[in-house]
Amino acid sequence: MDKIISGKNISLTDEGFLKDFAQWDKDIADALAAENQIVLTPRHWEVLTYIQNEFKNDVPLSIRKIGKSGIVDIKEFYQLFPVAPLKTATKIAGVPKPVSCI
Amino acid sequence: MHYKVLKMKRLVILGAGTGGTIMANHLKKELDDKKWGITIVDGRKQHYYQPGFLFIPFDQYKPEDVVKPIQQFIPEGVDFVNISVDKINAAQHQVVLANGNTLLYDILIIATGSEIAPDETEGMQGDEWGKSVFTFYDFEGAIALRDKLKNWQGGKLVVHITEMPIKCPVAPLEFAFLADSFFKDKGMRDKVEITYVTPLSGAFTKPKTTETLNYLLKEKNIHIKTDFAIESVDNDNKQILDYGGKSVPFDLLVTVPTNKGSQVIENSGLGDELNFVPTDKATLQSKVHPDIFVLGDATNVPTSKAGSVVHFEAEILTENILTYIKGQKLEEEFDGHANCFIETGGGKALLIDFNYDHEPVTGTFPIAGIGPLRLLKESRFNHYGKLAFKWVYWNMLLKARPIPFVKARMSIAGKDYN
Ligand SMILES: Cc1cc2nc3c(=O)[nH]c(=O)nc-3n(C[C@H](O)[C@H](O)[C@H](O)COP(=O)(O)OP(=O)(O)OC[C@H]3O[C@@H](n4cnc5c(N)ncnc54)[C@H](O)[C@@H]3O)c2cc1C
Repeated sequence: MDKIISGKNISLTDEGFLKDFAQWDKDIADALAAENQIVLTPRHWEVLTYIQNEFKNDVPLSIRKIGKSGIVDIKEFYQLFPVAPLKTATKIAGVPKPVSCI
Repeated sequence: MHYKVLKMKRLVILGAGTGGTIMANHLKKELDDKKWGITIVDGRKQHYYQPGFLFIPFDQYKPEDVVKPIQQFIPEGVDFVNISVDKINAAQHQVVLANGNTLLYDILIIATGSEIAPDETEGMQGDEWGKSVFTFYDFEGAIALRDKLKNWQGGKLVVHITEMPIKCPVAPLEFAFLADSFFKDKGMRDKVEITYVTPLSGAFTKPKTTETLNYLLKEKNIHIKTDFAIESVDNDNKQILDYGGKSVPFDLLVTVPTNKGSQVIENSGLGDELNFVPTDKATLQSKVHPDIFVLGDATNVPTSKAGSVVHFEAEILTENILTYIKGQKLEEEFDGHANCFIETGGGKALLIDFNYDHEPVTGTFPIAGIGPLRLLKESRFNHYGKLAFKWVYWNMLLKARPIPFVKARMSIAGKDYN
């Protein structure tokens, strides 16, 4: 499925995850965050950057992993992304849906 | 004249559960016993048929149905060392046992499984543990829950998953379905409110299966709470609390605690944050040490942690180990094939078949167009399949005997992909 986000044509999965990380940029992140009623602050960005780095290094993500990242604890992760935080944060970061749940 | 010093090579298997035992049986047949000595190590005296834990709380299986002596399944000619492992020194190709002895290996297979860790969640093992907070994910827990259910007068039953991944991810749903039947049969279903609480965004992670399961949940009047990431169990007020501020009250909490790999993995610095071993998902070789292979619940590969998966992995791993010994490039590729029965209560079950790339769909199994088992549809025949699995497990699977028609790589024939 394709969708215009911040003026660009972006391919998304059925669940709204970017199919191609190369299409991601900061404006898209802001737009996706707004769809989830989130305004991105520097704290959010620290988490998003962490998620993107882990993705680039092929490390599978989980809530627990983010809690141990040294960047936020799980409590704060929930404050930043209140609803389904891992799903929401990975979506905004432009990386695929985590497969930690099979 | 030259003499060749024939030095025996050593293959060591850690864990004599489902995967370790199957590998011992495969490799005993395949390896030349003049060149290779096989040793298997496990601290336990018993082998548990873990899928049977689901039926113990409802008194459908007796505890003695699901436990047999561990040594009974280890083939003759394989050394069994009945001591826990403390540590793997991968750099020295050496395993350290709890009594301080060491074993050297040329090839190591890790099959130490996963275990529950209720201490990971604040308050889970508080005052209510064993009173109104239970788990059926280990043998003792399943028996304690059976005793509790015998006289329970009803109220709010909460069936709960702490975090993913867990072994047999459908087992807690099956528990909810079986509980519905159990209380109906006791004539007290109207006194029990059943709620299924999950950290996932639906009943299951794969869309088609979730659709079917949602329908069944509705039909059985089981409530579902999704995206619930537990922070703690509040023993005083008998409720579970989530990081996002949600709460669910219970009179009886049946939880699946965090699942973690064995402590030995942590001691050895070989695991991720849950002590699962980073493993190549196609070849089952350790991502760090080429002489270490991993199978079953101990790996971090992205498929279900289930006995059927272990069985498929074992066939592929056997081929790969033979290839590795010849010094050739590993070619056998595991596709993530999983095959699970889902008990739905009332003597019926669903069957799902999937792999890394294909989600479960409807169709027939194992023979395309014929079955006799139906995929993703409730049927009585599937339920008999689930019950027959116990016999298959003890008599064929552990002994690495081929199971007719069922292949390590998933077949897409007979399935309704659109
Ligand atoms: C409630 C429940 C229901 C299930 N239902 C199903 C089902 O319907 N279908 C299905 O396919 N699967 C099911 N499973 C999952 C299945 O039982 C497991 O996936 C399978 O047994 C995993 O095999 P394994 O060899 O990886 O680990 P295990 O069989 O758990 O074996 C691990 C072994 O390693 C040993 N070990 C661990 N640490 C050490 C150490 N430090 N030193 C020495 N030994 C050690 C342990 O003692 C154990 O014997 C279920 C599991 C549970 C809990």
